[in-house]
Amino acid sequence: MSVPATATGVVEPAGAAPKRRLPRFWIVYAILLAVLVLSILEVVTGANDLASSGAIKATLIGTMPIMLAGLGGLWSERAGIVNIGLEGMLILGTYGAGYFGYHHGPWAGVLGAILMGMLGGLIHAIATVVFGVDHIISGVAINIIALGAVQYLASITFSGLPGGGSTQSPKVGDVQTITIGPLSDFLFDVEKKDWFFVSELAAIARSLCDELSLLVLISLLLLVLTWWILWRTAFGLRLRSCGEAPAAAESLGVKVLRYKFAAVIVSGGLAGLGGGVLALVAASNYRDGQTGGRGYIGLAAMIFGNWRPGGLLAGSGLFGYTQTLSLRQGGESIHALLLAAAVLAVGAALLQARRGNLPTAGIMGGLGVLLGVTYFLIDTVPSDFSSMTPYVITLLVLAFAAQRLRMPAADGQIYRKGSAG
Amino acid sequence: MSSTAPTVEGTAAAETPVTVRLRGIGKRFPGVIANDDVNIDVRRGTIHAIVGENGAGKSTLMKILYGVQPPDSGTIEINGEQVSLHSPADAIKAGVGMVFQHFMLADNLTVVENVVLGAERLHGIGGGARAEIKRISDAYGLDIEPDTLVEDLGVGARQRVEILKVLYRGASIVILDEPTAVLVPHEVDELFDNLRELKKEGLSVIFISHKLDEVLSVADEITVIRRGTTVKTVLPTEVTARQLAELMVGSELPSPSTESSTVTDQVLLSVKNLSLPGVGSRPLLDDISFEIHKGEVLGIAGVEGNGQAELVESIMGMRHGATGTITLSGTDLHTMSTRDRREAGVGYIPEDRHRHGLLLDAPLWENRVLGHQSRPPSAKGPLIDKRAARADTERIIEEYDVRTPGPNVLARALSGGNQQKLIVGREMSSEPILLIAAHPTRGVDVGAQAAIWTHIKTARRNGLAVLLISADLDELIGLSDTIEVILRGKLVGTFDPGDVTPEQLGSAMTGAGS
Amino acid sequence: MSSTRVIRIVLGISAPLLALVAAFLITSAVLYLADDPVLKVWDQLLSVPEARNVGNIVDNATVLYLSGLAAAIGFRMNLFNIGVDGQYRIAAFVAAVVAGEAWLPGYLNTFLAVLCAMAVGALWAGIAGVLRATRGVSEVISTIMLNAIATGLVAYLLRKASEQAEGSNVVATKTIPEDSWLPSITISDGPPVVDVYGFVVIAVVMGLLYWFVLNKTRFGFDLRATGRSTTAAVASGVSVNKMIVAAMMLSGAMAGLVGMPILLGSSHNYGSTFQSGLGFAGIAIALLGRNNAVGIGVGALLFAFLDEQSNPLQILVGVSPDIVAITQGVIVLTVVISYEVVRRYGVRLEQQAVARALEQERSTQKKEVSA
Repeated sequence: MSVPATATGVVEPAGAAPKRRLPRFWIVYAILLAVLVLSILEVVTGANDLASSGAIKATLIGTMPIMLAGLGGLWSERAGIVNIGLEGMLILGTYGAGYFGYHHGPWAGVLGAILMGMLGGLIHAIATVVFGVDHIISGVAINIIALGAVQYLASITFSGLPGGGSTQSPKVGDVQTITIGPLSDFLFDVEKKDWFFVSELAAIARSLCDELSLLVLISLLLLVLTWWILWRTAFGLRLRSCGEAPAAAESLGVKVLRYKFAAVIVSGGLAGLGGGVLALVAASNYRDGQTGGRGYIGLAAMIFGNWRPGGLLAGSGLFGYTQTLSLRQGGESIHALLLAAAVLAVGAALLQARRGNLPTAGIMGGLGVLLGVTYFLIDTVPSDFSSMTPYVITLLVLAFAAQRLRMPAADGQIYRKGSAG
Repeated sequence: MSSTAPTVEGTAAAETPVTVRLRGIGKRFPGVIANDDVNIDVRRGTIHAIVGENGAGKSTLMKILYGVQPPDSGTIEINGEQVSLHSPADAIKAGVGMVFQHFMLADNLTVVENVVLGAERLHGIGGGARAEIKRISDAYGLDIEPDTLVEDLGVGARQRVEILKVLYRGASIVILDEPTAVLVPHEVDELFDNLRELKKEGLSVIFISHKLDEVLSVADEITVIRRGTTVKTVLPTEVTARQLAELMVGSELPSPSTESSTVTDQVLLSVKNLSLPGVGSRPLLDDISFEIHKGEVLGIAGVEGNGQAELVESIMGMRHGATGTITLSGTDLHTMSTRDRREAGVGYIPEDRHRHGLLLDAPLWENRVLGHQSRPPSAKGPLIDKRAARADTERIIEEYDVRTPGPNVLARALSGGNQQKLIVGREMSSEPILLIAAHPTRGVDVGAQAAIWTHIKTARRNGLAVLLISADLDELIGLSDTIEVILRGKLVGTFDPGDVTPEQLGSAMTGAGS
Repeated sequence: MSSTRVIRIVLGISAPLLALVAAFLITSAVLYLADDPVLKVWDQLLSVPEARNVGNIVDNATVLYLSGLAAAIGFRMNLFNIGVDGQYRIAAFVAAVVAGEAWLPGYLNTFLAVLCAMAVGALWAGIAGVLRATRGVSEVISTIMLNAIATGLVAYLLRKASEQAEGSNVVATKTIPEDSWLPSITISDGPPVVDVYGFVVIAVVMGLLYWFVLNKTRFGFDLRATGRSTTAAVASGVSVNKMIVAAMMLSGAMAGLVGMPILLGSSHNYGSTFQSGLGFAGIAIALLGRNNAVGIGVGALLFAFLDEQSNPLQILVGVSPDIVAITQGVIVLTVVISYEVVRRYGVRLEQQAVARALEQERSTQKKEVSA
């Protein structure tokens, strides 16, 4: 009952929100627009790390764990099982990467991360599908267990190893990267020219062909694969039907419980891989507390993306970007973002006012003014606040977007075999 | 009570091959015998109706035939071969298709996706599937567009999608469970035409219903089930509806009868120009006005989905956004919360007792308190008075004949009829001045139904005003002093139950003109 | 119906017992696989605590009990307040600052500080409640986000506030004057003398209040009804939005108390090393105690006991005390699973009992019942 967006029981007046279908490949337009905004912002505020190649590269890497966690959440929720335990599965993944990566090389680390994540998924699957436990409670329990288990295992397996200890593993080798030489060089030249907007685009393109980690490539491929499997195959149709109308699916011979079980295990594997990216690409070892809530942020990205892969990518990009910025120059960059946020809020307020939605417009307008005033009053955001950015953004995004979304109809429902008819 | 092999008069019919033969089917659930020694023969190319009261075991029987549940005893023969059905997949393979009473459709998926689910190997999930769906739709006159989202379809169209699902899988035996429950008379005619089309193509149709006149008009053979057993199989030409009903019930039917009028001229509930906007251009409630006097029962007749739920929720304060005025004994209810309206004397028997009327996992005495937690006997100041609530629950159990071992039993453990009797007793106990009864005897056995009708009539004699929403025409005609018909959110006709016929009401309910 | 009562009590106890046994077995399996001495670990964990250990256990149990109550209030409404952690820290910080300023003398100051803690906790949780009630945002995610935000906020404010404290190396708020400290209760005259937090009394009172409000008042009835079935609650006149906000705020207020025993009884200021992580244990304990005031108390004592006895594990047995964290997490799962299993069994029993009773009635009555 807690994750469904609106579950207050009282019927509110139907908001006249017509169904708008987004244009195909809208995400390309979204990225272009975002880059444009950032370019303008860099010129206006003087902050120079907003769209630099370093920032973009770091964003790409930083987005992957969030996206993978969100992808895991998507698989699970599309089959009707809410997976709050993604954070725990992420943690299990980081440990798997550290342990197997140190002993048997980085690719063993990748495999280990996936397997550890799947282990977490297995527990969640048994609890929710076999025993009908409330999905959220099971997820919370897995987070507790995973954290304790990993800390316990780390203290046993890493203490005494060179560079290792109870809170971190020894260094693990790097996963290979690929570089498309000539293209990368060309783009680098364009970047150096410092042309407005074009250079930033070049930087983005370059991040995809210069020292692109194979893991990042695999993650992006998994996103596309997920879309194809879930929306273009019979397996995917059946899985989605388990999350939309399990009774109907069962009446047609779909083995609902099996699909849910499989989906949750895949979900764990993906989250585990996210942990692998954290430990192997974003860092070079396992570290206690590495995940930093990315499991939950991934869930938020999934909700923001309306349970679709394209939207998930957009959401993860947004959250990953803000998190990356706050970890790099922090203060200055976030400060610049304040201006953008202020303008955005005021713009949204005007839109709401035109639709006649005055109270919401008022709140958004007030927020915009507040952000704008803050921007002008301070020069740089204190580190404590900049580290909060991804969480604040998550909250704001959910608060303003949650109601226009549609989750799978039977998401969160505890399903028992024989409920058909 | 049942014969070992059903015999039917008429040699012609007896020669047609039997597609489905059920012998000795039995099924038990904890504490309940659902089916006992059921024997039925369904012949090819016929429409075979199965009739029985609520709770007689028809649905369980059909679930067994569709493989959803295994029988405890007995055999099933399909086309001469004995089969053992462990899942719907087995049934589908054997050529059995089922259209459930509550549609098994995923709103967020398209028609193609819904139809193809589970049968993707037949024609794929893309162009091939679409072509096949179009073909079936044209062949049987189902008029279905493959790429529509199911949630955009109306009730009649959804049912046709269900039938299409069944045909897509090559069913030769089609089971329909209470298919006309949600249809309007002219949609019923369309459905029956579709069924006759299926019959012509050699399919066998099994039709479960308790609407006897419909059954008599379309079926070739009728089997009556009572208390889990087959009573008799008859031809529609040999029986009247009344005789069928008596076979179903086993004794004289109780029927709601009109008595002398108790209507006074004091207006209790006044609704004026009540309107509720909907999504798009069609309003959910369109300028509704009516009055209910003390001692009067106003019946609102209409097919489900024409604004009844919205009307009830607006009066109860559970739905916001309606314009117009609602006054109770002269007080404007507009600013009052649901709790205040209840305290002002509004009682509510909800349409869906599991969702709105009961806390299933709470004991009966807590359910007695529900809805009345601000008044004695349930409350004493800010505290809950458990002792008094329990004692009062025992009183209700006595007076309303609720079959239960005691007031501490969980509501979930009671049968539907007893749950409803408890709700009726609870709502009456607060001595309301207005009672809103939405489908008060839906899903309730005949005995409980008669009891509830009696209680409502007694209360009416004592001055209670009742707003009765129902789809049961007998109930409406028998209980109401005035009947209004609601269609697309508008009140379209007023009728006197003393001289109206079900056909007149039916036409008004569909807008086919008086 | 005393036999139903007895059955219900037996079932009620069997579930947690089943859970503990399962957790015990699983923990042993983990230890075995990790090549740790299983028997020695249990020997230490289950040994009888000495007097001073008992003192620590009671102290920790007090804190955990309050955390469990906070989570339980949310659970009764089917709300998951994962934010107890952030709520108690921000509440403790504010209380420490207020108490440090000592605007009021003696115990009035203490009282004011506690009130502030409850208010701040309620407000912080209220944000999540309002977001859920008005915008449908899942309180699971919003409270977790608020936890992270609280961490940053408190860190920032702590640096600002402690700049005014007497120059020292530790970053902390002003120390609370001694006459505002809450006295300890001596449970063993010694030697050695063992004290426990005076706050334990208030914790027990909170437990009583929890039981009373939820089970005996109309508000409590509304809260529980909403938790059982939102739709039925709405039809019965409850304003669900108000309930959601109220429940979250009450939960937050209770969460605000979690840091008080430590603040008023031992540390007397809020520093960067103020104990964290007490929120998640509260969730586990609430589930173990099945949201029941006494059950939560037993759970709190159990967890505190395990924590205390596991401290010397590293030194005495060479096993990381983190094993207990695994046990506690496993308990959450096994508890919920065993409750579900027992519940289904209980419902079946009840349905059979009802059917049997009705059959008896029917046969003794000899009246023709139609259909």
